[in-house]
Amino acid sequence: MNSHVEMEHHRGVLVVRLYGELDHHAADYVRMEMDEAIMRGQVEHLILSLKELQFMDSSGLGVILGRYKLIRSKGGKMAVCDATAPVKRLLEMSGLFKIMSLYDDESAALSDLEVAL
Amino acid sequence: MTKSEAGNFMSVQFAALSENESFARVVVAAFVSRLDPTMDELNDLKTVVSEAVTNCIIHGYDSNPEGLVSISARIEHETVHLTIEDQGNGIEDLELAQQPLYTSKPELERSGMGFTIMENFMDGFEVTSEPGRGTSISMKKTIVSKKALYN
Repeated sequence: MNSHVEMEHHRGVLVVRLYGELDHHAADYVRMEMDEAIMRGQVEHLILSLKELQFMDSSGLGVILGRYKLIRSKGGKMAVCDATAPVKRLLEMSGLFKIMSLYDDESAALSDLEVAL
Repeated sequence: MTKSEAGNFMSVQFAALSENESFARVVVAAFVSRLDPTMDELNDLKTVVSEAVTNCIIHGYDSNPEGLVSISARIEHETVHLTIEDQGNGIEDLELAQQPLYTSKPELERSGMGFTIMENFMDGFEVTSEPGRGTSISMKKTIVSKKALYN
């Protein structure tokens, strides 16, 4: 399906850009890609860029919450940025912004998290 | 062309495979497009279809692709009626299943938000289930975009 993941390391921060549709079908692939990068590299914090994510449902929420738990267990922070209106609504409904911050774009999220490094 | 006021309907059945989730979203979106929904309304419908079909696959059939998922949709005036069902496991405790954040499969990293999303995104939502016989979800949504735009 039309889903892919792009990753970039900025010191201890892993920036993950999600493309396409994050549903139950795409969830396993996206989860594995991210977990591999988190476990392999020196990743302390995680930023999820949702700018190019065209569709997400509760399966996507599960993936985000799972990565949050993983990063937290390693003592790191997680943030999301650039969410489109429908994705933002879903994240709001699930109470996600009570546990992680939403930034306008990657650089805003990066400068905030890098200060914490 | 005159719009049929008496109602239009469609039904589709497919294998309980996760790759069919996007197919289901597209089919319903295409069927509803004659009502000229807004992007938000279309996204709501695609999301609830995705939730319901995913439930059929994961919970109804425990990801067994031999299962059959059925969708039927009906348009009456400006309202879309959707029924999505499986003949799978059924739900033992409906009240518990509808609690926000509850999931019977935490090991699969499910968020437990499926029913909450369906309730929130639609104007009507009803679930009937019989253990061992399957689950049926009926939902409706009135597409208001046209009226709002042209009045």
